[in-house]
Amino acid sequence: MGKTSDAALITRVGVQRLIEVLTARGYQVIGPTVRNGAIGYDAIAGIGDFPVGWTDEQDGGHYRLRRRDDAAFFGYAVGPHSWKRYLHPPRLRLWRAQRSGDEMRIIDEDDEPPRYAFIGVRACELNAIAIQDKVFLGGPYVDPHYRSRREAIFTVAVNCAVAGGTCFCASMGTGPKVEAGFDLALTEIVHDGEHRFLVEPGTDFGAQVLAELPYRPAPPADIDTARAIVERTAQSMGREMPATDVPALLRRNLEHSRWDDVAERCLTCGNCTMVCPTCFCTSVEDETDLSGTMATRTRRWDSCFTMDFSYIHGGSVRSSTRARYRQWMTHKLSTWVEQFGTSGCVGCGRCISWCPVGIDITEEVRVLHEDECDGDDS
Amino acid sequence: MRLSMPSDPMRPAPTRVLTRRREVADTWTLELEPGGTAERPFAPGQFNMLYVFGVGEIPISLSGDPASPHRQVHTVRAVGPVSRALAALGPDAAVGVRGPFGQGWPVEAAAGADVVLIAGGLGLAPLRPALYYILSRRARYGRVVLLYGARSPGDILFRRELERWRRRTDLEVRVTVDHAGSDWLGRVGVATNLVPLASFDPGDTVAFVCGPEVMMRFAVAALREAGVDTAAIYLSMERNMKCAIGHCGHCQFGPTFVCKDGPVLSFERIRGLLSRKEI
Ligand SMILES: Cc1cc2nc3c(=O)[nH]c(=O)nc-3n(C[C@H](O)[C@H](O)[C@H](O)COP(=O)(O)OP(=O)(O)OC[C@H]3O[C@@H](n4cnc5c(N)ncnc54)[C@H](O)[C@@H]3O)c2cc1C
Ligand code: SF4
Ligand code: SF4
Ligand code: FES
Repeated sequence: MGKTSDAALITRVGVQRLIEVLTARGYQVIGPTVRNGAIGYDAIAGIGDFPVGWTDEQDGGHYRLRRRDDAAFFGYAVGPHSWKRYLHPPRLRLWRAQRSGDEMRIIDEDDEPPRYAFIGVRACELNAIAIQDKVFLGGPYVDPHYRSRREAIFTVAVNCAVAGGTCFCASMGTGPKVEAGFDLALTEIVHDGEHRFLVEPGTDFGAQVLAELPYRPAPPADIDTARAIVERTAQSMGREMPATDVPALLRRNLEHSRWDDVAERCLTCGNCTMVCPTCFCTSVEDETDLSGTMATRTRRWDSCFTMDFSYIHGGSVRSSTRARYRQWMTHKLSTWVEQFGTSGCVGCGRCISWCPVGIDITEEVRVLHEDECDGDDS
Repeated sequence: MRLSMPSDPMRPAPTRVLTRRREVADTWTLELEPGGTAERPFAPGQFNMLYVFGVGEIPISLSGDPASPHRQVHTVRAVGPVSRALAALGPDAAVGVRGPFGQGWPVEAAAGADVVLIAGGLGLAPLRPALYYILSRRARYGRVVLLYGARSPGDILFRRELERWRRRTDLEVRVTVDHAGSDWLGRVGVATNLVPLASFDPGDTVAFVCGPEVMMRFAVAALREAGVDTAAIYLSMERNMKCAIGHCGHCQFGPTFVCKDGPVLSFERIRGLLSRKEI
């Protein structure tokens, strides 16, 4: 966590300078920007690329950009993108194989890993990255592609000043205040007086970068303001995960009729898995060129909502929608804890907003929970 | 701080087929060079990921003798695109290998006890290395029993070897088939029917079971009926696998990753899952 004694204040010019300093240090700077009617993460050249003065209105199956009455850079919650598309790319060529006669040679990708600087990483997203670290770096096998990208990132986190309509990080213990895993943390102060940013370094390297920016020491009043902003955000979450032992609740309810109910609504489109910042599943594709001498193997994101996902000779293990939704939700909230010692959900709300039919993971848990409570009363 | 690039666990080592032998109509045994190394040591019950150029990669158990790690023996049933292409590879053909992966049979922990191996169909292939292991240390085990069920007499795997094993006095081998013509003099019925006929001390027995999931459920029931402790029953599970290293998510079976926590899992660990549909 950034030491408040090191806290500094920068202006919009300071943020512009930050982008320039990181670019000069060889980073590809990625940040929030408006793309196709949503705030996504993409390469940015300057503060003009930020979603200046935009916010996002979110609810079950609903996401819309709306104008704010100010020029905030980070005045929105989260969009459909997450940083996993940079650390764990949607498609990645793993290697190629060359064949001549009976000889086969594997040609490694000379994967010069990109060096990314991420600007605008939320608390839930820092937690999501920490969760994917456990998956790709924490087991007996390490994913070298993830590792080379992950080790090279520079992270500029942002404390959330608004909670989205589908956010529930406060009830997951994953936000809205950034706690760890960043080089610099910003809190944007737009309303009282000058548009400014409290900056707290989280690493020595972050402090070095900060030293290259035009800054002044943060006055105590601004430190208090920044704290009050995140506290207010924590109080205004659009959703809440029921305060109960969710992993055990799900283990007890694998045959609950609610799974049939959700199966009536779920389209098995897999949107929830694509937007989720922690979902890590992949499949592989093999192709050969026309001459038949060169083959490629490509890894791509996959979803547990497809029939192929669980296919073994003779059929899919999970062919019903009920079983596939149950697999997704119980993995996120229950079996993930047994596998990785942490929940697979950080409460970002993306799966709720981007579900075309507005299925709400917190609501599904609430129904199971209340059903058990009712049962106890009778 | 940048650590050096670790070797990629998704990168196969190119190797070649040494021999190919037809076992039954749709099943072949391939012997491979270890690939990139003189030996590729494995434990009974482990598997490799085998890659056929441009076609795909599938998990296939090691079916050979763990005492011969300079030979990677695999028994493949041709059921779909990749297994068909693999089973068709002749001597000298190129193939990619990654592995070995997974947790195998607890052959060491079983020392001192009676061991009952129950195989259904191709399930005999991943059990064979366990039997080789035990037979090469025969004195360390109590009674050893192999119960094997095949679809028909023509589907019986490793036939000559089964005959050899049957002649041993320190090994009880029983074979049954689901259906047969009148020329079959052996038993007809499912493998689990053989459990009550076998002689072992249920109070001091470790059981290894491999076969289709329904067959394994019945086998567990028969073993429990015979008095074997559920904590002493091990099953080898099959799930879709794309990585074998715990990264692709495909092989999940409740909280277990069959690729790295299995494929051999104790019944105790999965009993709550095995009884449910579509987990
Ligand atoms: C741990 C383990 C050990 C196995 N050991 C053996 C063995 O010793 N001998 C043997 O013959 N078979 C074994 N199998 C089964 C074998 O892997 C499947 O039969 C094979 O994957 C089928 O692929 P296919 O393309 O030939 O056929 P299809 O079944 O038609 O498959 C079509 C596609 O589905 C996918 N697919 C199907 N099943 C699987 C799977 N289990 N994992 C990943 N992808 C799958 C593949 O991408 C394949 O291209 C084992 C499976 C597991 C999990
Ligand atoms: S499950 Fe939904 S709310 Fe939880 S981290 Fe994934 S997308 Fe966000
Ligand atoms: S829960 Fe919603 S987003 Fe997820 S697969 Fe079902 S319909 Fe698609
Ligand atoms: S096979 Fe990929 S996680 Fe097990």
